[in-house]
Amino acid sequence: MAIRLATALAALMLTTAAAHAQSVIMAMSSSPTAIDPHYHTFNPNETVDIHIYDRLIERDPQNNLIPGLALSWTMIDDTTWEFKLRQGVKFHDGSPFTAADVAYTFARVPTVVNSPGSFSIYTKTVISIETPDPFTVRMKTAAIYPLLPIDLTNVFIIPKNLGPNPATEDFNSGKNAAGTGAFRMTAYKAGERVELERNDAWWGPKTHWQHLTIRMIPNDGARTAALLAGDVQLIEFVPTADVARLRADKRVTLAETASLRLIYLWLDRSHTGPQPFITGPNGEALATNPLNDLRVRQALTMAINRPAIVERVMENAAYAAGQFVGPGTWGHTPGLNPPIHDPARAKALLSEAGYPNGFRITLHGPNDRYVNDGKIIQAIGQMWSRIGVQTTVDAITWPNYVARANKQEFAAYLVGWGFPEATNPLRSLVYTFSPAKGWGAVNRARYSNPHFDALVDKLMTTADDTTRERLVQQANQLAMNDVALVPLHLQKNIWAMRTGLSFVPRADEDTRVMDLRPAP
Amino acid sequence: MPRPMNEETPFARFRAEFAESALAVLGLVVVLIVATLALLAPLLAPQNPYDLAQLDIMDGRLAPGSTSADGLTFWLGTDDQGRDMLSGIIYGLRISLGVGIGSAAIAGIIGASLGLAAAYFGGRIETAIMRLVDLQLSFPAILVALMILAVLGKGVLNVMLAITLVEWARYARTARGAALVERRREYIEAAECLALPRWRLLFRHLLPNCMPPLIVIGTIQIARAITLEATLSFLGLGVPITEPSLGLLIANGYQYMLSGKYWISFYPGIALLLTIVSINLVGDQLRDVLNPRLRR
Amino acid sequence: MTSWLLRRLIQALFVVLAMTVIVFLGVNVIGNPVDILISPQADQAERARAIIALGLDRPIWEQYATFLWNAVQGDLGKSFVFNEPALRLIASRMPATIELAVTAVLLSIVLGIPLGLYAGLRPNSTGGRLIMAGSIFGFSLPSFWVGLMLIMVFAVQLGWLPSTGRGQTETLFGIPWSFLTRDGLAHMVMPATNLALGNIALVLRLTRAGVRETLPLDYIKFARAKGLSPARVLAVHVMKNILIPIVTVIGLEFGSIIAFAVVTESVFAWPGMGKLIIDSINVLDRPVIVAYLMMIVFLFIAINLIVDLLYTVLDPRVRLETRE
Repeated sequence: MAIRLATALAALMLTTAAAHAQSVIMAMSSSPTAIDPHYHTFNPNETVDIHIYDRLIERDPQNNLIPGLALSWTMIDDTTWEFKLRQGVKFHDGSPFTAADVAYTFARVPTVVNSPGSFSIYTKTVISIETPDPFTVRMKTAAIYPLLPIDLTNVFIIPKNLGPNPATEDFNSGKNAAGTGAFRMTAYKAGERVELERNDAWWGPKTHWQHLTIRMIPNDGARTAALLAGDVQLIEFVPTADVARLRADKRVTLAETASLRLIYLWLDRSHTGPQPFITGPNGEALATNPLNDLRVRQALTMAINRPAIVERVMENAAYAAGQFVGPGTWGHTPGLNPPIHDPARAKALLSEAGYPNGFRITLHGPNDRYVNDGKIIQAIGQMWSRIGVQTTVDAITWPNYVARANKQEFAAYLVGWGFPEATNPLRSLVYTFSPAKGWGAVNRARYSNPHFDALVDKLMTTADDTTRERLVQQANQLAMNDVALVPLHLQKNIWAMRTGLSFVPRADEDTRVMDLRPAP
Repeated sequence: MPRPMNEETPFARFRAEFAESALAVLGLVVVLIVATLALLAPLLAPQNPYDLAQLDIMDGRLAPGSTSADGLTFWLGTDDQGRDMLSGIIYGLRISLGVGIGSAAIAGIIGASLGLAAAYFGGRIETAIMRLVDLQLSFPAILVALMILAVLGKGVLNVMLAITLVEWARYARTARGAALVERRREYIEAAECLALPRWRLLFRHLLPNCMPPLIVIGTIQIARAITLEATLSFLGLGVPITEPSLGLLIANGYQYMLSGKYWISFYPGIALLLTIVSINLVGDQLRDVLNPRLRR
Repeated sequence: MTSWLLRRLIQALFVVLAMTVIVFLGVNVIGNPVDILISPQADQAERARAIIALGLDRPIWEQYATFLWNAVQGDLGKSFVFNEPALRLIASRMPATIELAVTAVLLSIVLGIPLGLYAGLRPNSTGGRLIMAGSIFGFSLPSFWVGLMLIMVFAVQLGWLPSTGRGQTETLFGIPWSFLTRDGLAHMVMPATNLALGNIALVLRLTRAGVRETLPLDYIKFARAKGLSPARVLAVHVMKNILIPIVTVIGLEFGSIIAFAVVTESVFAWPGMGKLIIDSINVLDRPVIVAYLMMIVFLFIAINLIVDLLYTVLDPRVRLETRE
């Protein structure tokens, strides 16, 4: 009897231990703005949403497209894409997933009230949706649009049962927060935590965790400390300053991979006359903007010692870059390497361009937006000063910074952007600023090159993947040779977890707890 | 305490009383050393930490005692930009002290004058001044400073302006609080009976008697101003990153604390502590010496 | 008395009006919230749509007039970021901050006054000197640095306390509080201490200064001469006299504790409204900034009123009527 009781007790203890082990707490680095998956195009929202909702097309860890709620997608004619849907999928509210839910989702996206960043940027190329049967969706676009599958990796599907105009608030309260995802939301406290329970009916591979808590700890030091103290099991965006130490700590393991986020500099082209932030070597006004001279731009990019920035400033949590995307991402151009650091040649180029004594420039950057942003511009300031370009560094907070950058105030300034593939930056960043067309939307420096524009025009109307790839590579080459902007490095995404767990690091910045498991 | 009371100038007596505390004298010595360092920074610092051309990231995060490629020894190590911490601290003292003392002094003069005037004159003047004080105190210091700097942008002068704007009202309130009590005392009534000029009443009679709380607040305010500046820098809104104050040096080192590179925020922290503690030691003793009610 | 109160309230209203105007203009100077919130992939059409959606296409005076009109009806607008009523957003974060601030104030009274009395009564003893030296450290250390040190020592090295965040909560009067649970209290120890540190020092120093000034006064000597017990002299005669500056300062500090919680809350990932306001300033979420500041202004005005009322209770020489 006593033995049996002891066994029973032991068994009980084991099961409670197991139950405890199946709870996991993940710490995010910033707070989502809503649980409504169509409210705001904002990375932290996506990180939470991927646990609750699914998309037609998902991305694998290397950012390749893989089936999500759609099993296959094909372009059946120049303006029609056909999707075959996964069958037997159920929403958290019990209703089955069908083509009607896709149509409902696409109709809802542009109607979200007061959205500060609408998902219609991903859905607006679709002018109509047909549902010939419950598991087939046909999307019509106005013109050839080869990028639709990539856009769809951003659109979460919600059930049509939510009825007309579901309110964002009702998603946050949990009333409307029904997706098809691996977890169902049980509680949400804005800025603090999200509580989720496993959805045992999920179509994907079984998730290890019964209960998931997502906590928001924006302070870098506090996030690392929480992991070291064992209060959380997984953290994202490990601060670069802590990487070396965490690597040496037996209590934690790291998972890392190259990200899609490129950190680069704009060199202002909007001023042809004097640029307010550039003066002569003795502070005198200059008649023209030196940045319009290709040799000056080449000198500036050549003066930057990228490997030094990667090693010393980024503590090896980055890769030096010479183009928009890294190897393995679509549109990568082989042979387009980071410019070689050559201060002597840079000086010579400056002399050739008529600036033997250099000039003065202010390098602007945010100090609270990208990893080590303020430090990177200081390091570049050092390097430029060595070739005779006396650099003043000004790091300002993001709200102020972005407002001034949008007004083309700055001469040289740092920005970062995650590119899912290479067409995206070519069309939005380097293409001539054309409000009517919607292209060149964030071409802040107002770079403009008709040859380049012609290439992109051709690219955007080509369906054949091989031709597109060749065109992308040509455009890439052209933009880089002309120093349309100055690529610096691609960041690494780094996660840290308690030892005994394994996690699949991702090129996109999503933290998928479905990919966290006890280490084999 | 036996003390010769004959034929002393007020200053000599003040000096003797101040010197009664060895700690305060030590504090004064440290304050003087710190002030000298700050004033002579360009002559004393081995490196100009604000000149990017003199820094090299390849010297970044070196431990104390390391040597750079061109032979400069970093006695207190370097920060992430390869900035010599010793030079950084000497220059940083300059900014922190400047911001702290400057803003506390300006705020003190403005605040105390307004507070005294309010208490003494009463009526509409008092109402106007105190509503202004209320308006100011209705905004928490750090938030006002944040908003001001968000609008104005970073910079040493902007930080000083922000701190002055948020701190003057404290002096005003304290001065008025003390003066309200004082002005009902007999000596003021007596002075009023003598028909002394108002400014004389205010500044020669009322002010000295309101000084003790003002000095307590004042010493705390200098420390506060320096800390507030550090906090603003920590939140990314203080002085520019290329011209770090002690607070910004600490904030920069904050992220390296977990990874064992203690020197980046440890030494500036020590310099900051030393400065503030010394100022306060001096302030404490001044308060005891200047307080007429404590005079034996 | 009533007219005095009424006048104060009307003046308070003007303060609030002035503040809202300043915030509207200030935010306008800093930048456009849409530029911060919008996806970098968005084109100009989407940017224009978002600007209209948030009502930012209107002239600033019109935006302000709309705000005033709605505010009169009790609607302070919806957050640009969260699309939830700004007041509800703040209210949901308020308990966390309030309990932290109240704990910090209690700590500074419970520790500050006795320590200050001791240091004041025995200024030349070793204990008294130690307390004064310690108090200097109390407000010398930048609180973000102390916060991280606390986490390093007590959470990471010793593992005694949870590092960050708010613990389990228990509902009381329909509001979740964390001081009611053991786990919640454990989470609160470090942030509350961190927040209280400067104020313990402040209260301590004011108490000591007060005691030192009061003791040599005639009425204390007289009380002693009357044969009153030292305890009674201290508790009634000394305390009553020194409470005025202490009450003033604690009152005023309560407001700034709430505001300064901004720093403590970011270091300890404490989900209070201080964190909310910092985030809101960073993304120029004007409705939240305005609502938060309005609330803080009202809070401060209330505190000032209470402080003034306490003045008259504690020091009969000060009369409200004379101050008009």
